[in-house]
Amino acid sequence: MNHIALQCQQLQVHIHQQKILHDLNLNIRQGRWTCVVGPNGCGKSTLLKALSGLIDYKGQVLMADLSLSQWLSKNLAQHRAWLGQDESSNDDLTVYDVVMLGRLPHQSWLQGANPKDHQYVSDALKKMHAWDWRERPLGQLSGGERQRVLLARVWASDASVFLMDEPISNLDVPHQADWISSVQDVVKHGATVVSVLHDLTLSLLADDVVVMQNGIIVHHGSSQDTATHQAMTEVFDGRIQIVSHNGQTLALIKNAIQI
Amino acid sequence: MNNRPIHQRIQHLWWMLLLITCAVGWLGLHTGSLGLEWGLSYSDDIIQEIRIPRTWGAWLAGVLLGLSGAIAQGLFRNPLADPYLLGSASGAALGVATVLVLGATGASALPGLIDVSNWWALRLSLTSAAFLGAWLSVLFTLMLARGVHQTMRLILSGVVVGVVLGAITSLMMAMVPQALPSMQSFILGSTASLNPSACVLMSLVLFFCCLISLLTSKVLDALGLGETTARSLGLSLKPMRMILIAVMSLATACAVAQVGLIAFVGLVAPHLVRSRVQVTHRHSLLLSAAMGGALLCAADVLARGLWAPQELPVGVLTAVLGGGYLLWRMQSMNGERSHS
Repeated sequence: MNHIALQCQQLQVHIHQQKILHDLNLNIRQGRWTCVVGPNGCGKSTLLKALSGLIDYKGQVLMADLSLSQWLSKNLAQHRAWLGQDESSNDDLTVYDVVMLGRLPHQSWLQGANPKDHQYVSDALKKMHAWDWRERPLGQLSGGERQRVLLARVWASDASVFLMDEPISNLDVPHQADWISSVQDVVKHGATVVSVLHDLTLSLLADDVVVMQNGIIVHHGSSQDTATHQAMTEVFDGRIQIVSHNGQTLALIKNAIQI
Repeated sequence: MNNRPIHQRIQHLWWMLLLITCAVGWLGLHTGSLGLEWGLSYSDDIIQEIRIPRTWGAWLAGVLLGLSGAIAQGLFRNPLADPYLLGSASGAALGVATVLVLGATGASALPGLIDVSNWWALRLSLTSAAFLGAWLSVLFTLMLARGVHQTMRLILSGVVVGVVLGAITSLMMAMVPQALPSMQSFILGSTASLNPSACVLMSLVLFFCCLISLLTSKVLDALGLGETTARSLGLSLKPMRMILIAVMSLATACAVAQVGLIAFVGLVAPHLVRSRVQVTHRHSLLLSAAMGGALLCAADVLARGLWAPQELPVGVLTAVLGGGYLLWRMQSMNGERSHS
């Protein structure tokens, strides 16, 4: 499976006359999990938004070999799902109704949810262990519980490309592990996942890593490559150390005193 | 999934609202200038020609205000959004004032434009002027607030637009005192001038507004997850937002053109619904509308009966009651916060 799911050419993004992304070229392969890493403010979230077609950009973004401008918005919404960071959420909607919004691109204006939609929603809720509080309004949940509901919304969409910005930052460790196995599961079935993760060790569990700095892609390669590890160490000013331990690659913070 | 517990609670709320509306409506038919009266038969002229249209019209105006409040709060994702705080009601009042002033001064100069003697022509021109004023003032508020993203800016801009338009209305009244008497009932808010034709007009507008807002209710739900998420779900927000602002302005304007400025119904009705059930907008829009109808109907009965034979302007009453409710909510919210 070496198809290109998502591609950008000469991608530029300006926000308030400031250049955030500088002429990026990137090919993201289908059926793989790609993590974008880099220091704060290097343009990771902006890249994800541009790849989703949610902000204005110059250059080309191709989804399944078709320019985003050629996609019908409804088809695009069915094909890719996006999860933002710190998006506001209406506290008055119940968990079930929020997750059902993930099915919106599959529903016509006049039609309500059909049995298939309900099936996807209940599967996603169970996957995120949120089924028991499906009737509670979002406002009564803790930050982590709320995030699991927003994740269930994304999983219920049945998209082919998932773009997720900091999806698990406020989850506890078991649920982070659950998220990773969910990602590995959808990727195994041919979907493509692009995520921004703060935890570098978790990022190294992905298939590919895109390393960014100051709006530029410094490196794009397999998470097991030493070149990738070197690029990551460099963009974080050499303050991390990537080591192998019992077959797992770990990113450790170098003790400030040792520097 | 049709037997979700939430559906049962929605049903309970509908039954409750129906019961309250019927009870209040029945009281409305029996409340006159002498307070409650029981002896009249329903075929009496006073019931048929005055009390039925007043009660029915008060209910309709309340429904329109409740609906536009629910749309405003969903659209701007702001629990304080309401036709008043966004400036649209003041815009509608300015539209009404312009027509009345033109009618008072220019009736001879512009005979074809506004024929004051023709009831339908007057009502339609009042309603469309109110609509135009409401719509333009919301757009103006949005322009000042530079979009809907900053809650504080939006509310402040709405207040500024409301105050400035209110001042222009007052200026027009001061310059053309002939229009003052008819304008006074508009500013205070009154159901006294309602007649069957006004009710028909409001019913038509209500039907149209309900239809459009139900068709677009999913947009309001999706907006609850943030604007970018809503766009990622394939919704074209710009045209949808314009349509919803137009529907909200039309509902507000139609109510204002018939009963004048009645504050707080649009703000309080969606709050009351939300405090009982948390549901998608497909349900909450209609529930808020029905709640608004029950509220204004009840306020109208109180305004007519409380100091009979003296009648209170219903707008004054809703302002006092609605303001009190909001204060109480604020207090209880502060209480919750300090406890948690």
